[in-house]
Amino acid sequence: MRKGWSVNDWRVAWALCAPTVILIVVLLILPIVVMGVYSFFTFVTAGVESPELTLANWQEFLSDSYYHGFLLKTVRVGAMTAAICALVGYFPAYFIWATGFRHKWMLLLLLIVPFWISFTIRTFSWIHILGEQGLINVVLLRLGLIDEPYRLLYTEGAVIMGLVHFLLPYMILNVYVSLEGIDRTLIQAARSMGCTSAQAFREVTLPLSLPGLGAGLLLCFVLAAGSYVTPQLLGGPRDALFGNLIYDTVMSQLNWPMGATLSMVLFVLLGICAAAYSRYMGLSQIMKGMSA
Amino acid sequence: MSGVDDSSGRWGWRLTCAVTVVVYIFLFAPIAATIVLSFNASMFGGFPITGFSLHWYGTLFENEAVLAAFQTSLWIALFTAAVTTVVGIAAALALVRFEFAGKAAVNTLAILPALVPETILGVGLLVLIKAIDQPRTYLILLLGHILLALPFVVLVIQARLIGIRRVYEEAALSLGATRAATFREVTLPLLLPAVFASVLLAFTISFDNTTASLFWRPAGVETMPTQILSMLKVSISPEVNALGTLMVVITVGVPLLGGVIAKILSELQRRRQKGEVT
Repeated sequence: MRKGWSVNDWRVAWALCAPTVILIVVLLILPIVVMGVYSFFTFVTAGVESPELTLANWQEFLSDSYYHGFLLKTVRVGAMTAAICALVGYFPAYFIWATGFRHKWMLLLLLIVPFWISFTIRTFSWIHILGEQGLINVVLLRLGLIDEPYRLLYTEGAVIMGLVHFLLPYMILNVYVSLEGIDRTLIQAARSMGCTSAQAFREVTLPLSLPGLGAGLLLCFVLAAGSYVTPQLLGGPRDALFGNLIYDTVMSQLNWPMGATLSMVLFVLLGICAAAYSRYMGLSQIMKGMSA
Repeated sequence: MSGVDDSSGRWGWRLTCAVTVVVYIFLFAPIAATIVLSFNASMFGGFPITGFSLHWYGTLFENEAVLAAFQTSLWIALFTAAVTTVVGIAAALALVRFEFAGKAAVNTLAILPALVPETILGVGLLVLIKAIDQPRTYLILLLGHILLALPFVVLVIQARLIGIRRVYEEAALSLGATRAATFREVTLPLLLPAVFASVLLAFTISFDNTTASLFWRPAGVETMPTQILSMLKVSISPEVNALGTLMVVITVGVPLLGGVIAKILSELQRRRQKGEVT
């Protein structure tokens, strides 16, 4: 490599990085370490704990099926959300990639626009569609097809719907970025060798777009499993997820050691997913999708 | 697309078109419903529509809790945007323009906050200030928002910096400009579109943040999104619809406007650069 100006001056480089490194170490790394320590503290009463080390919190988490239920439900909802996003999101990504439409930047822009709209607003808007006074129930009632409003809101289905709504743009953009990277002559080659277009898709396009699909699945799963607002607004009391459990434990019960324990569980669980993914695919794919 | 001529291809393509249309409707229908309902004259937040009225926008501007939350969010977002952009530019410069030991680690570290769920970021920072016995203050909320926005700012500036060729900076240096002067006179102007984009991005991330803010806000303080959440606890009122619509207009309008300005800026720059090179 050519030696440009001061590329080797590590002191300048570290001085430039220092604010970022300090901020992230103090506000992210240190808190996670402290949280790890806190999970071994003894809970005395609401808001009070003593620094006597104990395994009680971890034992409680590991033995109480109440917590296992939350964990299973969170994984299930996260996995279903990610799967639906992948199934539904592949089509628009493929369409944007394959279309000859001149203004396809507009289709991409429309996928970015949801990121600008407040997440809370996007989520509560579903109440207007699914609620008792929502579009679906009002129309069905007017048409006389039903006598009383269906219970669509405050169900697990509504929570998954809200999460899919929030995460679909991530999935579509990830798959699209991956499709954009495919050398189109490969598909032409497959076709000229006698593949039908379905075969060409199955044998060439789909496998080559798997990294994007994988990155999308991971991102959707992690974000869905960590969600708090969506189950709060669209779910009933029985549809609370792990994020809601953590919030209640910390903010309502003021049981900080247990809250720290539960946070560590979620952190480790999602960390394993991300690590497993980056081992096979590399994190660069996610970076690509995020900066797209 | 070329070569969609057999029947499986035709049906596949039709299915793709259909699903695409449904997905776009799915993405925007709920928000459209909120916007339409904000002009509803009815006392209730839902359907059916009983008439057109701007009444709910009027009550919104008399709602002091909403105005206070708006001010809080505005100030936090402005400070977040300013600090994050400066800090992010410095880090991106180091990561793109320098070679140093530990670069890969810094790169990963800078992205990390974007990969950790907000609930955990929220509890983590809260446990930290509890451990050192500090109260929740505006400063904590601000620092937290900086943490949330930093990875995205670093990514955006990095992407643009990679696109700026080093020869311009080298030319300035070889002509005797100091490093600081080179950055001020050469790099920064070329970086301006990305700086602009970062400010907007950091502002939006801060202004929109809900989950982590629920943990970090000082006692009794509401930001705009947490205020909306607490209004929704009672029921969905037409006032919430009006508030949502106003926020959609602002948060979609500002970046669109910003995008147009950034495009004009970079276009002007390209012309100037061309003029100078030839």
